[in-house]
Amino acid sequence: MATSWREIFDLGERQPPPPPAESEEGRRGVFRRLRESLSKSRRALAEELSASLFDRIDDETWERLEEALILADAGVPTTAAVVERLEGEVEARTVGADGEAVRERLIEILAELASTGRAPIDLSGEPAVLLMVGVNGTGKTTTIGKIAWHLRNEFGLSVVLAAADTYRAAATEQLAEWAERAGAELVRSAPGGDPGAVAFDAIAAARARGADVVVVDTAGRLHTQGNLMDELAKVRRVIAKQIPEAPHETLISIDATTGQNGLRQAQLFAEAVAVDGVVLTKLDGTAKGGIVLAIANELGIPVKLIGTGESLEDLRPFDPADFARALLAE
Amino acid sequence: MFDQLSDRLQATLSDIRSRGKLSEADVDAAMREIRLALLEADVNFKVVKAFTKALKERCLGSEVLESLNPGQQVVKIVDEELTALMGGTGRDLAFAPSGPTVILMAGLQGSGKTTACAKLARHLGESGKDVALAACDVYRPASVEQLVTVGGRAGAHVYEQGTDRDPVEIAAWALDRAREDERDVLIVDTAGRLHVDEDLMAELARIRKRTNPHDVLLVVDAMTGQDAVGVAEAFAEATEFDGVVMTKLDGDARGGAALSVKAVTGKPILFASTGETLEAFDRFHPDRMASRILGMGDVLSLIEKAEKEVDEQQALDLQEKLKRDRFTLEDFLQQMRQVRKLGPLSGLIGMLPGMGAMKQLKGVDVDEGELDRVEAIILSMTPAERANPTIINGSRRKRIAAGSGTRVQHVNQLVKQFDQMRKLMRHMVSGKAPDPQQLAQMMGGAPRPKVRRR
Repeated sequence: MATSWREIFDLGERQPPPPPAESEEGRRGVFRRLRESLSKSRRALAEELSASLFDRIDDETWERLEEALILADAGVPTTAAVVERLEGEVEARTVGADGEAVRERLIEILAELASTGRAPIDLSGEPAVLLMVGVNGTGKTTTIGKIAWHLRNEFGLSVVLAAADTYRAAATEQLAEWAERAGAELVRSAPGGDPGAVAFDAIAAARARGADVVVVDTAGRLHTQGNLMDELAKVRRVIAKQIPEAPHETLISIDATTGQNGLRQAQLFAEAVAVDGVVLTKLDGTAKGGIVLAIANELGIPVKLIGTGESLEDLRPFDPADFARALLAE
Repeated sequence: MFDQLSDRLQATLSDIRSRGKLSEADVDAAMREIRLALLEADVNFKVVKAFTKALKERCLGSEVLESLNPGQQVVKIVDEELTALMGGTGRDLAFAPSGPTVILMAGLQGSGKTTACAKLARHLGESGKDVALAACDVYRPASVEQLVTVGGRAGAHVYEQGTDRDPVEIAAWALDRAREDERDVLIVDTAGRLHVDEDLMAELARIRKRTNPHDVLLVVDAMTGQDAVGVAEAFAEATEFDGVVMTKLDGDARGGAALSVKAVTGKPILFASTGETLEAFDRFHPDRMASRILGMGDVLSLIEKAEKEVDEQQALDLQEKLKRDRFTLEDFLQQMRQVRKLGPLSGLIGMLPGMGAMKQLKGVDVDEGELDRVEAIILSMTPAERANPTIINGSRRKRIAAGSGTRVQHVNQLVKQFDQMRKLMRHMVSGKAPDPQQLAQMMGGAPRPKVRRR
């Protein structure tokens, strides 16, 4: 069973409306979509992991499995850990030596890895504050548009977007467009304004109007730019001045095409603003998104949402088992 | 930029360099390390395989193992092969003999195309070309506004027709306008697209056909992983790109993706984008970059930068003062301003040979704000105080602190550190090697060098 929207968001005391009557067909449609969007990563890996890979279990099997995981951007340490574990279990005969059993076990191991630190997105606050961070070009603004749309459509929540990317030219206009599409309210400032002040004003506005969720967009920044990372930490402190427990959730967007640098991104953003989860974006290309395995394995930060396209609906709760299966299954 | 890759390679190579005799097992061990280092740098798996195989064959060649200093030979071979992998000596853009030169920019979403367009426009504008931009990204919300803004900042004219027209038509219209207006260069910005999106790839091919560009540049994010090769191959198939612009090289990405793209498609990396500002954009020099990875420093780039920014006469004066030990706070201020013109200090450190390996400078992040404060303090001093800091007594310190908006401790630290620096310079002038600790302090900028270690 895939992860549902209700499982991935913790709404606290709020009583969400009964789920929109989604027909069995619709649900299947959703799974099909997910499978399709993951199918490219799957196809690529499946090519490497053709059924014959597990026909005979020998040194070549492990070598090719290693190759496949490296090509999926899982990184050397994580790949080595997975392969060693599986190999050890096969040698110790805790896993049957037939191909199907080894394959199923591999899926389990990958899913378990991808589930490290798993928790729902905390939107229990009133209003709940969600802070979105990440490197330039990873899809923060688009993701925020999609989240706002889902919160309105799935749960009937009122959403305020804070345009705290006051740096990039036309960033506010881009967010304004998404706000309109998603039916959310937008709080903005003049270009070059103080990002902390925008976040502060947005939360104040949300409190005054009794809005449910505030989503704060921030300027993309490279995790190595010390001064910009300090600025981000300051935005976080300013948010906490409005509501001490806020932001209730901080998400980092990671581009699925990202290689091993994704690990550093997650690590340094987590040091600056305490990241609760990852949104894995652009999973509709051929990129395999395996870097999230490394992020979960080495940093314990789980993926919570995946972005699979450019329309408002193209955002899904991340499901570790589906992800693992999609990486390997036919 | 290629820091971590270069760390690993340097460690491996310094080990092998120190040996007088190499066995096949030594070479094998080194190759394993190089393979891991390259994989962690996101160099494509298949490229790594081919690279290490070729490397090993050369290293095991009899002329290496039997040479007097096999370790050195291996280092040389790695350097040569890395340079070759990144594209030899590099190449220039192809300019049209007459009429506007058309440059088409393509790439995935979020790779940094729009910013790269503006940076390229500024770069070409600097050499006296009249550059215009065509806004053909009609899909992403507000992308036209973004191009108009950054293009304007870059001093380029932007041809745009909103988002309601077909991008192919906009491109053709912009080219007509560029001809009429007698522009030297037209840079065509296109929407980011997935290489598996057949419709958009076909659209790109149509834009190419209509505008007949002199160069098609693929914009590649330096942080891309293993998939970079697949992406590049798909773009090569749809639009036959001629070169690569590598973006976001100012982070700690190891840039292996770029190496792989070159290795697989044979297309060279022409430009590298290395920072937030429009000026942070340079020609890419594969040979220099290879030296940099191996820790040999990129002195050529540093010299070029310095030549562009530093006033020669001032430099001579300074040298004279140093020799005579007449270096004052006023000189210090001038010198600091000149060095800062070269760009962020943290970027310069990596260009110096041997500095990369110096532990004290590892991960040093020079806080430019501190330098502003130092400037403020010196500017609050009288000429007499700047010439002779020893006269700065308690009441002067209080006045300077108040005038510069700092505290007395900051003034104290600056004066103390300046004194240390003069001693250090006396050492350097007398030909002794600097103490790395002192040097690191100096790089951090007095006073209280706020050095962040990562």
